[in-house]
Amino acid sequence: MSNQVKEQAKTEDEDRGFKRGTPNTVLHIDDVHKSFAGLHALSDVDLDVREGETHAIIGPNGAGKSTLLNVCVGRLKPDRGAVVFDGNVLTGKSPHQINQLGVARVFQTPEVFPELTVLENVMVPALSKRDGHFRLNPFSSFSGEKALRDEAKHVLESVGLQAQFDDLASSQSRGDKRRLELAMGLIQHPRLLLLDEPTAGMARHDTNATIDLLKKIKEGGMTKVIIEHDMHVVFSLADRISVLAGGRIIAQGTPEEIKNNPRVKEAYLGEEQV
Amino acid sequence: MTSSWKDWALLIGFSAVILCLPILLEPIGANYPDLLQKIAIFGLFAIGFNILFGLTGYLSFGHAAFIGIGSYMAMWSYKLLTMNVLPAIIFSTAIAGLLAFAIGYVSLRRSGIYFSILTLAFAQMMYNLAYSVLTPLTNGETGLQTRAIRSDPNQSLLDGDIRVIDQAFGVEEIGVPTTNFFGMAMSGYTGFYFCAVILILGFFIAQRITHSNFGMMLKAIKSNQNRLNYTGINTRPYLITAFVISGMYAGLAGGLMTATDPIAGAERMQWTASGEVVLMTILGGVGTLVGPVLGAGLIKYAEQKVSSWNEGIIADFFSFLPDGLRDFMAEISSLFVGEGWHMTLGLMFMIIVIFLPGGLMEGFRRLSVLFRRPKNRETMKSATIPSTKPGESIAPRAAE
Repeated sequence: MSNQVKEQAKTEDEDRGFKRGTPNTVLHIDDVHKSFAGLHALSDVDLDVREGETHAIIGPNGAGKSTLLNVCVGRLKPDRGAVVFDGNVLTGKSPHQINQLGVARVFQTPEVFPELTVLENVMVPALSKRDGHFRLNPFSSFSGEKALRDEAKHVLESVGLQAQFDDLASSQSRGDKRRLELAMGLIQHPRLLLLDEPTAGMARHDTNATIDLLKKIKEGGMTKVIIEHDMHVVFSLADRISVLAGGRIIAQGTPEEIKNNPRVKEAYLGEEQV
Repeated sequence: MTSSWKDWALLIGFSAVILCLPILLEPIGANYPDLLQKIAIFGLFAIGFNILFGLTGYLSFGHAAFIGIGSYMAMWSYKLLTMNVLPAIIFSTAIAGLLAFAIGYVSLRRSGIYFSILTLAFAQMMYNLAYSVLTPLTNGETGLQTRAIRSDPNQSLLDGDIRVIDQAFGVEEIGVPTTNFFGMAMSGYTGFYFCAVILILGFFIAQRITHSNFGMMLKAIKSNQNRLNYTGINTRPYLITAFVISGMYAGLAGGLMTATDPIAGAERMQWTASGEVVLMTILGGVGTLVGPVLGAGLIKYAEQKVSSWNEGIIADFFSFLPDGLRDFMAEISSLFVGEGWHMTLGLMFMIIVIFLPGGLMEGFRRLSVLFRRPKNRETMKSATIPSTKPGESIAPRAAE
């Protein structure tokens, strides 16, 4: 079924004449504009994310980083331009369709299911991955999903939440909620994982643990886009960095290139001094 | 998991209690078939309502419409086909499901208060239509009733019924036609047991839905619908399905109302009936399996019994007190019984919402924690105390 959808989307793209990125591009952001009441949040944003890389998007507050992410996952519709993921135009698709194509998002403020247990929180996205966006199965037993439960436990162990499977998500600390959300993204084995400040609000040792975890996933070949303020995190994880300022991409390159880029220093590093 | 034997234990326990209701309710004088039937039927209605409200959090104020259409459908089945209740309730359920799909499809475009208002508007529309445009189908204020069979084809349906199936099988009718279940007359305790068996069946289905993957998605919708969308779930079809299922429960309940007393009037569709099921669910415990039935039982008991108590009964109750005090107490209490039974209901509702937002089921849970605590204090520390914090229990977790 998903193949059929892909085929259809492909012909749609070609009809509309969308540009494609290089062959190993997974996410291609093509000339995206977005303005809110006259304020240009994003203008002329072009960005290619390559297969398997960790791509960090940095920039001062209000640079448009979160807007860009929201455009990618279908929360916002760009005024112009398109986002193409793996041959599918994401622009105009609803969030659940985008997720089903293999894009998972980890939110900045933890978005979990507060009234469900930690384990259930991870099993819900696992079910979504396995059964698709809707499946009428009112008589299948949730407690009988042994394989999914084991997988969910495994993923929760990998993020360090093995002690609280049956606790309610609402009773978790903020840091644990963030880890839980990461697990909710990871269990879907997305082709592209979008992380919105995954370590914000975490203590130092938790941040390091998260970096280690994200490094481990990198070895697994998952493509990741990370928005992050913490330069320590950015430079330990990113393969390439894009710098967003005033709604435009002012620089793009490897961490080394970015560190030495005078425009970046002026716009960003100069102010914050890392 | 070990939850499956718990499910079976709950189901068996529930069935036993429901089937023994005539004995269990004897001490409080509620063991007469009419009240028992009402408890079973409204229990079923509340169970279905809870699948929508308890699991997804979408509060419908228009479920009376499904009760109404269920009743009318069953009546037409009696009038046109047969006095057997089985086809009648099948039609009730099916047509209510179709109507629920139509109403749900439109109403579920909105959530929260707007959803509630939309459902209320649809129900009121149905209610008014039944009195006006649809009078040929509903018989307006008189209500739809069964009549004797007219053999003259020109006369039939004008002032009589045809009941083609009954006629084909040559069923004899003497006087006012009565409903039956393959020959068993649906009156008295037979009627109650018929409703009770369907209630148990409905409970079983609700239990399976609650503990299914589908039910988990519904709970996730209640918990954080936005997040669920970003998790790849299209929540709309889930919501529509839940709405249709709960509408079908209501339609079935509406059909059952006619099973023992074959008459249907539009007053069943009034908004107060929609409000009543909300009260039942909240009183018993939103999101729990047993709660809605408990709430339905309590409200129907209050409606039938408390409303019939008079000052004499009250004075007897307080007869152990000295004269002056007895009169005073009787005076005060009499405000809450008889015609004032709504005061009792309102007071009960307020006390529960303020002190036990999880309904009676939360009360039982707290009691059981209280009794269990001394035994294994060590293990209880972190496990149960957070879940019984009053502030957090507005939306209790679905029954285990």
